Amino acid sequence: MADRATLRRAIGTRANWVLPPLGLILALLLLWQAAVALFEIQPWLLPSPLQILRAGWAARPLLWPHVWQTTQETVLGFLSALVIGLSLGILIDRSPRVRAAIYPLLVFSQTIPIIAIAPLLIIWFGYGILPKIIVVALICFFPIVVNTADGLRATDPEQIALLRTMGATRRDTFLKVQMPGAMPMVFSGIKVGITYSVVGAIIGEWVGAARGIGVFMLRATASFRTDWVFVSIALTAALSLTLFGLVTVVERLTLGWHYAATRQERWEEISEEKR
Amino acid sequence: MDAAPIIAARGVSKAFQVDGRVVQALRDISMYANEREFVTLIGPSGCGKSTMLNLIAGLLEPDEGEIAFRGNARARRLGRISYMPQRDMLLPWRRLLDNILLGPEIMRRDRRAARQRALELLPLFGLEGFEDSYPFELSGGMRQRAALLRTLLCEQEVVLLDEPLGALDALTRRTMRDWLIEIWERFQQTMIFVTHDVDEAVLLSDRIYVFSPRPGHIIRELEIPLPRPRSEAMIIDPAFLGARDAILAELGLDHG
Ligand SMILES: Nc1ncnc2c1ncn2[C@@H]1O[C@H](COP(=O)(O)OP(=O)(O)O)[C@@H](O)[C@H]1O
Ligand SMILES: [Mg+2]
Repeated sequence: MADRATLRRAIGTRANWVLPPLGLILALLLLWQAAVALFEIQPWLLPSPLQILRAGWAARPLLWPHVWQTTQETVLGFLSALVIGLSLGILIDRSPRVRAAIYPLLVFSQTIPIIAIAPLLIIWFGYGILPKIIVVALICFFPIVVNTADGLRATDPEQIALLRTMGATRRDTFLKVQMPGAMPMVFSGIKVGITYSVVGAIIGEWVGAARGIGVFMLRATASFRTDWVFVSIALTAALSLTLFGLVTVVERLTLGWHYAATRQERWEEISEEKR
Repeated sequence: MDAAPIIAARGVSKAFQVDGRVVQALRDISMYANEREFVTLIGPSGCGKSTMLNLIAGLLEPDEGEIAFRGNARARRLGRISYMPQRDMLLPWRRLLDNILLGPEIMRRDRRAARQRALELLPLFGLEGFEDSYPFELSGGMRQRAALLRTLLCEQEVVLLDEPLGALDALTRRTMRDWLIEIWERFQQTMIFVTHDVDEAVLLSDRIYVFSPRPGHIIRELEIPLPRPRSEAMIIDPAFLGARDAILAELGLDHG
């Protein structure tokens, strides 16, 4: 039974969490709006937030196919990265030899500028959706691989020993100890990955595409529709935030134990310090 | 001694490589445990008691010597001996009930029956109503009891307990000690128990092995002639005091 006071406190904590950033964003937008009006800045140089909002609203039917395209590329790319990242991470954990062979290659793959690979992908795979999916996957698989491998490696060997005394197979210890224990790390990797994924799709589109937020952005720049450039930036941010939020929801649902436990530990640390 | 011992170690030695140095943990250990016997290993911290349990459980193999299970030195021991490690090792992502059912789950026993039995035993372990709690929500004593229940639910004939009361404060420890006596009387399994608390050892055990500091070897073996069932009141029994003083002398702890 949640009594009123606890409920109010819970809502209060939520509010403390949400209100400050919201307030800050609102204040900055107001400042922007005021500055544009005060200094009479030309719209092609810097449109006001209200102008951007109006332009975006008016261009709704135009925007929708672009947003949908970018969303598809991002989600498909991210899902491929997830599958490849998890499998590679598991493979690396399984065999020291694979680790030694793959790890340097992985780091190397991250030093190649994506903007240099993207045109190659177009040459190899054409102008369709595939090269964009590959760019997104390339950008977000790295943190997933590394965090999966590190998370699996960080397993407490005594937990594995306990299961072995019960007669566990390697499969048992992997499924019942290593994997669940690694999940918090895996999710951190996923969150880093998904943050970059939309930007990856847009880079892919810049190099050559018929549709997508990136394409819209390029066209807007070419025709000096600064308001539309800002609209695409806002859409990119909104899409990234939405995907990040979805991952966070899944994480909270699956890792409730982890969050509650770490919070409790923090709390105990604080009480220790006070004493 | 009626039958052959269920666990028998002969001339067991074990060393570890630590940073290129060789640390001799155990030297020439010979010990046994009969069926339904309560045997305690006592010794100073770092003398190799946990290592001995790891060897008996089959997690480690001895460098020299052998360990026979039911008279067979080549028998597989993993999966046939219940082990409660020194740290409780409750899995933080599992609720209490799922934690204590880990053994039957790994051994692929009938889930319904195991669950039924676990639920029956929860009150005896003071865990009733906490089935759905995560380990971090439990007190130290409850975690220890949960770990013990998980161990007993593996339902093997031999049970290894590594300082099950070690992490508790003195008061909880005393209550848990009485309770542990009760548990043992009830389950009647072969217990190999590790502690560095002399009173605890004497009160609970049929037989005690006293270990020297590292490299651990057995410096004394004692039978405890106290009758069963044991009780806290026996701590003033002359047999109790005699055994206690003998162990304290061996450990070099007499007269402070
Ligand atoms: N896996 C291991 N690797 C290296 N050294 C170990 C390992 N296990 C135990 N030791 C060493 O062996 C000695 C005995 O340890 P342990 O069996 O834990 O003693 P006790 O349980 O009596 O306190 C200690 O010096 C410890 O550092
Ligand atoms: Mg120990």
